[in-house]
Amino acid sequence: MSTQSESAPRAINPVLAALAWLWVLIPFGYGLYQLLIKIPALFGT
Amino acid sequence: MAVGFLQRERIVARPGWSRWLIPPAALSIHLAIGQAYAWSVFKPPLEAGMDISGVASALPFTLGIIMLGLSAAVFGTKVDANGPRWAMFVASCCFVSGFLISAVGLFLDQYWLVVLGYGFVGGIGLGIGYISPVSTLIKWFPDRPGLSTGIAIMGFGGGALIASPLTQQLLGAYGATGENPSVPGIAQTFLTMGLIYAVFMSVGWLLIRVPADDWKPAGWDPSRVKSNAMISQNHVSAANAIKTPQFWLLWVVLTFNVTAGIGILERAAPIYRDFFPDATTPEALAAAAAGFVAILSLANAIGRILWSSTSDFLGRKNMYRIYLGVGALLYLALTLTTNANKVVFLVCAMVILSFYGAGFATVPAYLRDLFGTYQVGAIHGRLLTAWSTAGVLGPLIVNAIADAQIAAGVQGPGRYTTAFMIMIGLLVIAFVCNELIKPVNPRFHEPEGAAAAAEKKEAAA
Repeated sequence: MSTQSESAPRAINPVLAALAWLWVLIPFGYGLYQLLIKIPALFGT
Repeated sequence: MAVGFLQRERIVARPGWSRWLIPPAALSIHLAIGQAYAWSVFKPPLEAGMDISGVASALPFTLGIIMLGLSAAVFGTKVDANGPRWAMFVASCCFVSGFLISAVGLFLDQYWLVVLGYGFVGGIGLGIGYISPVSTLIKWFPDRPGLSTGIAIMGFGGGALIASPLTQQLLGAYGATGENPSVPGIAQTFLTMGLIYAVFMSVGWLLIRVPADDWKPAGWDPSRVKSNAMISQNHVSAANAIKTPQFWLLWVVLTFNVTAGIGILERAAPIYRDFFPDATTPEALAAAAAGFVAILSLANAIGRILWSSTSDFLGRKNMYRIYLGVGALLYLALTLTTNANKVVFLVCAMVILSFYGAGFATVPAYLRDLFGTYQVGAIHGRLLTAWSTAGVLGPLIVNAIADAQIAAGVQGPGRYTTAFMIMIGLLVIAFVCNELIKPVNPRFHEPEGAAAAAEKKEAAA
C-alpha cells in the first residue's frame, strides 16, 4: 500500500479536472437556459 | 465512527492534488439537494392526483426544511469529526432514500410515506449535505473562503434551476400532469429522480479530499496576511461557540436577512401580478409573473457567489452592513415608488434577492473569521436553525398581512406596504446586531495546539 510520503508529487490529470467541472456545469447550464428563456415574457416580448 | 473508504484519513490529498477539484465535488452535492427549492412543481399533481389540500402537499417540503436545520445542528459535530466523504455519503443515502420511499408511498397510495420519506429522511440528507463541504472548502481556500463557500452555496440555489424543468419534463413524460395526473406517474418521477441524484451525488463523495495538515496554497504565506481584529487566529469549539454573544447576534442577523428575502421570494408571482396587473391577456400576465420568479432565482444564485467572493476583500462585517443597510433602503424604495417605475421595481427586487442569497453564502466565512476552522462545520450547522426559523417567519408575515389586506378589499401594491415596513424594521434590527459583533472573548478559545490535537484524535478514532 502506498503512503503519501512514498508517492511523488504529480499534477492532477487536466482531463479529470475538466470532466469534474463539466459534470456540474452542464446540468447547471441546462437549468440556467431554462430559466433565461422565461425572462423575456417579463418585458412583454 | 466512519469505516473504510469513508474515513477522513483515506481522503487526505496526495501532493499535487488540485484544490480546484473540491468545488465540483461540493457542487455535486449542493446542486442535488438544492432540488428542495423546486418542491412546488410536485404540488399540483399531488393535490390533483391524491386529492389532498395545499397545506398537505406542502408538508414534505416544510418538514424537509425543519429537518435541514435540526440535522445540521445535531450532526454538525459528527460531520467535522468523520470528514466530508462520510458526510456526503450519508447525505446522498438519506436524500436518495427520501425519493425512493416517496415513490413506494405513491405506488401504494400512502401519502404519509411521502411526508416521511422526502420530509424526514430526505430532510436529514439536506442538513448533512448542506454543511458537508463547508469546512473542507475553507481549509482548501484559506486565502479565499468567501469565494469557495460562495461557489458551493450558489449550487444550492442553482439546484432548483435544474430540478424544476427536469421534474416538469419527467411528470409530463409519465402522464402525471393536467387535471387528472397519474399517481404511478408521479411515483415514477420520484423513482427516476432518486436514481439520477444517486449517480450525480456519487461524484461528490468520490472526488472530495481533505488537505494534508501542513498543506497551504502555493505562494500563500499566512504570516503575511493583513492583520484584522475581526479575523481570529484562534479556535472555538462548537460547544463554546453557542455560549458566545457573537453566535446569537449572527443568528439574529441570518434569521432576519433570510426572513426579508423570503418575504418577496415566497409570494413573488402574486406580488408581480398585484404591482403590474396591466397585461394584454391573462396568459401574458402569468408568463410575466413566471419571468419575475425566474429573474429573482437568478439574482439569488448570482448574489451567492458575487457578494460572498467580494467579502474576501471588503470583510464580512462590511458585507453584512451592505446586505442589511442597503437591503432596508431598497425595501423602502419599493414601498415608496410602488409600481411607478417597473425598472426600479425589478432592480430593487433583484438586489434584495441577491442579498438574501449572499447572506447564506457569506456566513460560513464569517463563522471562520470569528471562531476559527476547528469546528466551523458544526457551528455552521447550529446556526442553520436560523434558516428553519426564518422559513416559518417570512412566509407567515407576508402571507398573513397580504391575506388580511386582500380580505379588507385593498388593491394593488398597498397589499404589501405593511409587510414591507416590517421587513425594513427586521433589517434595521439585524443591522444593529451586526454592529454589535466584536471579536470573541479569549476565554472561549481552545488552548494553543489543542484544536489540532483533537482533530487528529477524532480522525484516528
